[in-house]
Amino acid sequence: MSEVAPMTEASPEPTQEEEEATKRGLGIAAWLAIGWLGCMVFLAVSASFLPLDDPINGSIRETPGVSYFTEGHIFGNDLLGRDTLARVVVGTSTSLSIAALSIGFGTLIGGFVGLVAGYVGGRIGTALSAMFDILLAFPPLLLALTLVSVLSPVTETDPPSRIKRMLVVALAVGLVSIPILARITRANALSWSQREFVMAAKSQGAKPFRIMLREVLPNVVPAMLSVALLGLASVIIVEGGLALFGLSINPPDPSWGNMVASQVDDLGETPHVWIVPSVFIFLSVMSLNLLGDVVRDKFAVREAAI
Amino acid sequence: MLEVKDVRTSFKTDRGLVKAVDGVSFTLERGETLGVVGESGCGKSVLSKTIMGLLPSNASRSGSIKFEGQEIGGPSIKHMRDFWGTQMSMVFQDPMTALNPVMKVGKQITESLRHHLDVSREFANETALQLLSSVGIPEPERRLKQYAFEMSGGMRQRVMIAIALACGPKMLFADEPTTALDVTVQAQILDLLEAQQAERFMAMILVTHDLGVVAGRADNIMVMYAGQSIEMAPTRTLFSQMRHPYTEALLKSIPKLNQASHTRLDAIGGRPPDLVNPPVGCRFAPRCPYAQAKCHQEAPPLMVHDTPGHEYACWFPVGTPQGAEALAKNQGSIGTAVGGQ
Ligand SMILES: Nc1ncnc2c1ncn2[C@@H]1O[C@H](COP(=O)(O)OP(=O)(O)O)[C@@H](O)[C@H]1O
Ligand code: SF4
Ligand SMILES: [Mg+2]
Repeated sequence: MSEVAPMTEASPEPTQEEEEATKRGLGIAAWLAIGWLGCMVFLAVSASFLPLDDPINGSIRETPGVSYFTEGHIFGNDLLGRDTLARVVVGTSTSLSIAALSIGFGTLIGGFVGLVAGYVGGRIGTALSAMFDILLAFPPLLLALTLVSVLSPVTETDPPSRIKRMLVVALAVGLVSIPILARITRANALSWSQREFVMAAKSQGAKPFRIMLREVLPNVVPAMLSVALLGLASVIIVEGGLALFGLSINPPDPSWGNMVASQVDDLGETPHVWIVPSVFIFLSVMSLNLLGDVVRDKFAVREAAI
Repeated sequence: MLEVKDVRTSFKTDRGLVKAVDGVSFTLERGETLGVVGESGCGKSVLSKTIMGLLPSNASRSGSIKFEGQEIGGPSIKHMRDFWGTQMSMVFQDPMTALNPVMKVGKQITESLRHHLDVSREFANETALQLLSSVGIPEPERRLKQYAFEMSGGMRQRVMIAIALACGPKMLFADEPTTALDVTVQAQILDLLEAQQAERFMAMILVTHDLGVVAGRADNIMVMYAGQSIEMAPTRTLFSQMRHPYTEALLKSIPKLNQASHTRLDAIGGRPPDLVNPPVGCRFAPRCPYAQAKCHQEAPPLMVHDTPGHEYACWFPVGTPQGAEALAKNQGSIGTAVGGQ
């Protein structure tokens, strides 16, 4: 006969899934991704201070179109004699600025609207999320293309300045990212708003705005961060797409996208000129996607909510 | 201090109107504890939330709720914000879900202090420290800087109580405050609540599914079934001369010390009725060992019968000749009714 097990005094504390996930290390791939992105941010920030060749005007003294490791040019130069390294570094600064600006813009607005829609719920929430769905139905690249060509038309006489052009591109792409971020934020805010601690805060007299910002938002940040990282990756790709249509930053200013685009007609002649920025794009997009996934897993962001 | 009259709360759902609270009345004075007892799903939490004005948007309520003479049962939630925290506050069932996982517990206490009382950060911190020690948390300085997941269940519930007490409410709702806790700490938490209630001279509504929890602690007990109050009496009266068959069944199902706290009500079979279409007549009739034909047709009114202050709603009460006869009849031994005239 089996014996009755003695009553245990106190059951051990339930181990929290989140707690365990937090304790797990990041893994080598994630660290490599962070390392790569760290380098990119460093290059972007210090582009104008680094002892680089002129990225816009080539030197006539050079032999144009040489490939790698020619003296003074690690990545060679292009047919106009411009140093590829200098161009890709300045391009990094442009591409990352566009990505950061647009996703920052999208996160701020999309996050705020999503938070309100998720917390307030009811008819307002439904109306807002119907709006996101409509916005999401537009093909993003087409929308961005239209916006850029409307907001910043390139006329022969008056080409827009680099900064203005960058802001327009960032705004156009950011607009596209608003509904995506709004949606994820709303879904998460909705599920967190129904948690008991929100009711508890309410029963202590906290005002709705305060509850949204102090109780709900901090819990939604991981989901937003995860989507924002994936969003940055998409923006880098979308910028490349815009460049193909000549709608990213104006040549001769370099960005990753238009360095590649400048070579699409003639991929074979000076392959290093498009391969180098392509590798930068590829590694950055990979790293951002990977970190997005890491954030999602670590904070147990629920797939269903995404 | 609290006067609740014929309160009804219903929820609009896909299945129809769920009448979660269906005509409940009681009064509660300062310094008193009312125990609200009933099976899970009988509307205890909805009743507390109705009085607090914390209902979700698909709910509607009617009836009168007077707090210190002021009507707070109206439709406007806005003015309730002044009551929450300072006049009435709530201790929730599960401290794990009722505490914000990403905010330090100290912050969660000071938040409402600073919001309501408009005090300096230092003063709020000092008060939080005192609160934590008053609810029996050792090393309060260290605990203030911890997150909920770093604490045991009992500790979390103490924090929850500290938060609820922070702004000195006159009335405290404790909704199954020990159900999520380990048996060994349940009594400690209940004792703590009782001590704080006495010390602060608060009114307290102690909600539980376990008659044993309120036995020595409540001044009055209200037994709820299917959204209605079916027996209400001073605690001693209720235990010495309970009249409602449902109360009797609840008493029989008090979890013994060595049982888990979640034991179902298995002294009687069946489940509580559907609150969308409650049965006509007495709602307990389908499960009641005393039920007669009359019970299925006519709902018994809640009223005082013999002892003043002791109300119940039953046609064939426990411990009365009618009840004994009905029980005997149902057990198939008509004519040998016990209990005399
Ligand atoms: N937000 C809601 N929407 C619809 N029905 C609800 C809601 N909240 C509670 N109910 C219903 O009200 C009834 C009473 O619930 P509750 O008061 O939580 O019971 P308990 O006595 O266990 O605390 C249940 O049948 C429940 O399904
Ligand atoms: S009225 Fe009838 S069915 Fe209802 S509790 Fe009393 S005896 Fe049971
Ligand atoms: Mg409940």
